[in-house]
Amino acid sequence: MSQTVTPYLEMSRAIVEAGGEALKKCYQCGTCTGTCPWTPITHFNIRKLVRFGQLGLDGIEDYMWGCSTCKFCVDRCPRGVELIDVVTAIRNVYSGGGMLPQSLRAFVGSMSARGNPWSGEQSKRNDWAKDKYPLYTQDTKYLFWTCCTVCYDPRNIKLAKAAAEVLNLAGLNWGMPSVDVNCCGESVRKVGDLELFERLKQNNLNYFNTHKVDKIITVSPHCLATFKKEYGENYDVLHLSQLIDKLIKEKKLSPKKNFGGLKVTYHDPCYLGRHSGVYDAPRDILKAIPGIDFVEMGRNREQSMCCGGGGGGLWMEKLKGERLSDLRIEEAMATGATVLATSCPYCITMFEDSTRTLNVDEQIKIKDVTELFLESLGVNMEELMASAADLNFTCKMD
Amino acid sequence: MSRIGVFVCHCGLNIAKTVRVSELAKFASTLPDVVVAKDYKFMCSTPGQEMIANDIKKHKLDRVIVSACSPLMHEQTFRKVLENAGLNKYLVTIVNIREQVSWVTHDIEEGTAKAKAVLNGAVYRARLLGPLTSRVIDVNDDVMVVGAGIAGIQASLELANTGKKVYLIEKNSTIGGHMAQFDKTFPTLDCSACILTPKMDAVMQHKNITLMTYCEVSEVKGFVGNFDVTVRQKARYIDHSKCNGCLACTEKCPGKGVSEWDEGLVKRKAIHIPFPQAVPQRPIIDRDACVFFKKGKCRLCEKVCEHKAIDFEQQDTFTTVKVGAVIVATGYDLMDTQPLVQYGYGKYPGVYNALEVERLFNSTGPTGGKVTLRDGKEPQAIAILHCIGSRDKNNYEHCSRVCCMYSLKFSHLFKEKTTADVYQFYIDMRAAGKGYEEFYNRIIEEDVKFIRGKGARVAESADEPGRLVVEAEDTITGKFVKLPVDMVVLSPAMIPRSGSKEIARLFNLSTDKNGFFMERHPKLAPLSTMSEGIFIAGVCQSPKDIPDTVAQANGAAAEALTIVEKDKMELEATTAMVNPSSCCACQNCVRVCPYGAPFFNEQKGVSEINEALCKGCGLCASVCPASAIIARHFTNDQVLAEIEGLMEF
Repeated sequence: MSQTVTPYLEMSRAIVEAGGEALKKCYQCGTCTGTCPWTPITHFNIRKLVRFGQLGLDGIEDYMWGCSTCKFCVDRCPRGVELIDVVTAIRNVYSGGGMLPQSLRAFVGSMSARGNPWSGEQSKRNDWAKDKYPLYTQDTKYLFWTCCTVCYDPRNIKLAKAAAEVLNLAGLNWGMPSVDVNCCGESVRKVGDLELFERLKQNNLNYFNTHKVDKIITVSPHCLATFKKEYGENYDVLHLSQLIDKLIKEKKLSPKKNFGGLKVTYHDPCYLGRHSGVYDAPRDILKAIPGIDFVEMGRNREQSMCCGGGGGGLWMEKLKGERLSDLRIEEAMATGATVLATSCPYCITMFEDSTRTLNVDEQIKIKDVTELFLESLGVNMEELMASAADLNFTCKMD
Repeated sequence: MSRIGVFVCHCGLNIAKTVRVSELAKFASTLPDVVVAKDYKFMCSTPGQEMIANDIKKHKLDRVIVSACSPLMHEQTFRKVLENAGLNKYLVTIVNIREQVSWVTHDIEEGTAKAKAVLNGAVYRARLLGPLTSRVIDVNDDVMVVGAGIAGIQASLELANTGKKVYLIEKNSTIGGHMAQFDKTFPTLDCSACILTPKMDAVMQHKNITLMTYCEVSEVKGFVGNFDVTVRQKARYIDHSKCNGCLACTEKCPGKGVSEWDEGLVKRKAIHIPFPQAVPQRPIIDRDACVFFKKGKCRLCEKVCEHKAIDFEQQDTFTTVKVGAVIVATGYDLMDTQPLVQYGYGKYPGVYNALEVERLFNSTGPTGGKVTLRDGKEPQAIAILHCIGSRDKNNYEHCSRVCCMYSLKFSHLFKEKTTADVYQFYIDMRAAGKGYEEFYNRIIEEDVKFIRGKGARVAESADEPGRLVVEAEDTITGKFVKLPVDMVVLSPAMIPRSGSKEIARLFNLSTDKNGFFMERHPKLAPLSTMSEGIFIAGVCQSPKDIPDTVAQANGAAAEALTIVEKDKMELEATTAMVNPSSCCACQNCVRVCPYGAPFFNEQKGVSEINEALCKGCGLCASVCPASAIIARHFTNDQVLAEIEGLMEF
């Protein structure tokens, strides 16, 4: 790369027009880079990304795919620069020029053709439920928004089922969407395809409008944050952990199974914590379960680490030594915990991959808080998974 | 036999770090005539002062030695302590063991040894001190203010409003200074004229202000409370007592001169007022541009003037004004950037300095407020280069302090008045005033581009004839930036106004290495000078913005008032006197005195000394071959005793 550059403000303006208005505010203090979890382990430099964007300099492609949109830098920025908007806008402007990395092409292609990132057929979106759970109708109170990842990813189907069971056990009037809906679009927006995001969003909004949806329960914090910030203000959106916490506190559901001193630590998903401000609900659930020995990792709550799965990271290849999820697993194991609980399907996927590649999958298990909670209600998750199809499961309310 | 008390100050750790203060006090107690010796953390504090006062009574002290900081700092403080305790205030001796001992060594052995030596000398001298009586003089009520920029205007109005008579001297033909050249002021973007012209008018109208424009100070005599300042009224070639300001003359005048007011960007008439809102609204003739003065004929102005105010025979005139105090507020110039050839000022028409750009923005300026280049085109890209000649050991080491902010202001105005891309090439952004950081934020969000790196070179574009290229490193990315632009604005170092060397000589002011006037103390006496009764305000002291300048002007007015409010004042008693019976009439003293205090009395055939002018420096005494001059408080006996004390170590 040449050392001599000439600022090219047309590019800078294009970024601003794509939503990167905040680009203008940055005075390059480096707080973002100093905060960014990637800085110590990769060459990604968020400050430089902004700098290249400010002046429209060539070479921006070296930095534009490194961000996992964890929002740590945004929270610390002294100038109030919405760095994620800048990253998104830069990706939008430059990926239009054919700079989309190879590993993201299948992801974006699937989103565009099938409305989900997992190359699953749209008609099979609800196959996980095996007709066991109700569809949302105009008379239903809660829409249980099934994230694509819990519909199609084999590991996360477990989470979908656990969630559905909990909703049933709570005796709530709920339903899941029909197969007409598609991905909330969060990740595709973050990789910069704003046009595709709009298309996906409109389709979902059509469903919401025609079915008069007003209360939404999400299992993925990515859907939660997207509905809250991008879908308008007509919806009352709750993360499942918030609902469960409420059910426990209102004594509508009470965990009873004693885990006998199981040491559990909790990882705050970026989109539930920093993006949505939910820190206490999942912790309170864990603390309400008898026999769970809850321990915190050093970096928790507002200062939590990122798993690396946001901003398209879930679909991008990272070299060994450049994976945040590996570091987080090591951090979790250092607490002595044998279960790493979290409340996000992306985090679960990232961490399970890491436990396998680190060869520690026997020493530490990755579970969603919902799954632990369901077990505490006396439901055996393995049985649920094995016989979900024909299991005529009726759990009694306590 | 005297009774001496010695008080050793720690000055926190300033002294105590490199002088063993308690050992020094113990040592002092062994010296002749010392009856009490103590050390204390801060002798200048109230408990410290009370300790001295109590010991004066308790031990019946008749001499006090304070071993502490420079006498410039606290001599007056401790003199007051003695006075309040009923002793003559000249019986206190300050031994400077801070600036001259503890601060100039890291070695506590060395520091303690030297402190003992100087203290020993002081004790020897103190034994020979005698009481002195101060003289009281009358004080003139009036004040002179030199320079009628915003600082001088503000100070004059403040003083005049208290009822004092003010002589406001301005070397240009109008008051207003640089502020009147500006279009907007940062960070509020107030219209400069809107806030300044009412003050200019108030000066003109004020019954207590005598406005003397197109005047320069030519001689200063006298001393605090009683200055005689001679002012030269430069010939305007127009009798202002007859001129009614109709300006018919300026319409007909064929002579063309360069407009100083518009920073040389345009021409103006030989007979002219600098700008439409000038105060006073009376023209002058620029002799160098006038056709009559150059060719011997024309006199068109004379023909059109109905009031017969044109006077080609007019000469400079001199007036002497008596005042009690003077405020010097002579302001600044921008350094000439032409010698910095790398920036191409004066070579490329697209390169401007900051004041030229101020005029381009101004609706009374050469372009009527439009930002156009010298060829009339609007620039498409503009680079503002900070720190040109400032923060530069090769030119001026000081930071000019206002450039960051006015460069931001320029960016805003460029964005407002053109569609150009605007770039700032800076080393550090300094926005440390009230509302300044917020202003910086605002400008950043107006999409001005900031390149962190000093502009290194301005060259002609090889690819696009007529355009310029700015070269610099963007230190944030480590890339070498070559930026094509149409206009380059240099933010040059602010330097003292031309002629301030002469002002310094006339008023006996010292200057720093860049020529700015020195204050008496950088923190505690920032508006006073070493010349009693002469005060300074505004950029002549150091670069500063309008708010700070106005604050200083108000402060200087208050300082001047503390002098002229008094009917009488006490003079320092430590002056020199001549013993006429010993004087050999050689007049060495008259020649060496920097203050003009000694004069030769022809009648008596001996030198005499004007005590009011004498600062007690002792120069005359040291050059007097007949030992006829006695420097009070520093007599030969006293000084020799002190040397003897020093030499014992």
